[in-house]
Amino acid sequence: MNAAVLDHSHAHGTPRASTAPGHGTGGPASKRIIVGYGFWIFLISDIIMFSAFFAAYAVLAPATADGPSARQIFDPTSVAVETACLLLSSFTCGMASVAAGQRNQKWTQLALLVTGLLGFVFLLLEAREFSGLVARGDGPTRSAFLSAFFTLVGCHGLHVTAGLLWLGTMMAQIYAKGFRRDIQHRYFCFTLFWHALDIIWVAIFGLVYLVGLNL
Amino acid sequence: MSTPADFEPGSSPEGDSAPGYESETREGVRAAIRGYLIGLVLATALTAASFWAASTHFIYGPGVPIALVVLAVAQMGIHLVFFLHITTSPDNTNNVLALAFGVLIVFVLVFGTVWAMANMNANMMPPMG
Repeated sequence: MNAAVLDHSHAHGTPRASTAPGHGTGGPASKRIIVGYGFWIFLISDIIMFSAFFAAYAVLAPATADGPSARQIFDPTSVAVETACLLLSSFTCGMASVAAGQRNQKWTQLALLVTGLLGFVFLLLEAREFSGLVARGDGPTRSAFLSAFFTLVGCHGLHVTAGLLWLGTMMAQIYAKGFRRDIQHRYFCFTLFWHALDIIWVAIFGLVYLVGLNL
Repeated sequence: MSTPADFEPGSSPEGDSAPGYESETREGVRAAIRGYLIGLVLATALTAASFWAASTHFIYGPGVPIALVVLAVAQMGIHLVFFLHITTSPDNTNNVLALAFGVLIVFVLVFGTVWAMANMNANMMPPMG
């Protein structure tokens, strides 16, 4: 590398006037902002992975191979209860964030417990639906439609399971270690994860279940 | 105001905000709870509208999936604003740009796949014999 290039790169390093953190001479942003931003990028990549499963489902939904169609296997009541569970759990997760912002141990734990219970009810309903389908011989091997359906909805269910394990870990860590900075960063990422799961479920209940019931 | 030892700002004046960041002052608690409540009410209303649109004969049949897509996108927007606190303010520029890029990729992936596969289906040779 010659001197001219070095000079050139040096010119680009000239700081801007702003003294706010993360800008110009203000130094790096706080760790919390950097952790949050990094996890935000992970969540967006996770959503892109889900969009591939959505695309596969959209293409394969008519390929029922003389098996049952979406309309015949979906139960609107069960989907409505699952949706209510996840939406309420997203709200109670927000309440836990408010309590954690106040370093209030009791309310944080209580709101997290309700969040976890709602998530658990959601998983039970989904497990009941899946086991019912498999018992009737309409498992993922029955048709391309059912393969795509089980992959998409099952992947979301796996995310909720992972979220529940994470939630339990956070409850234990907040209880044992208090609102330490590193614990707050983990907890903060967990709330982003849980809210993102609900956003993906909005797409699943609207575009998979309700559209499927209409076809 | 005394600052707790573990205090670390999730936002700074003229700086950047972490996604999901909300005010942590005492006065901010009421506003934060109100924000989540507004989000919950709007999301519930849109969910109810989706279930209504799927079961009613009020909407022209082939238009129902389009109505459901519009309602789902609207509800995802509500979740982003009221639960994940993604806003249009300058301190959220980084978060919004990352999201916009993600939305672009999702759009290309889903519509590209559906478009290409529908085209290939249309060009399939009819079954022989």
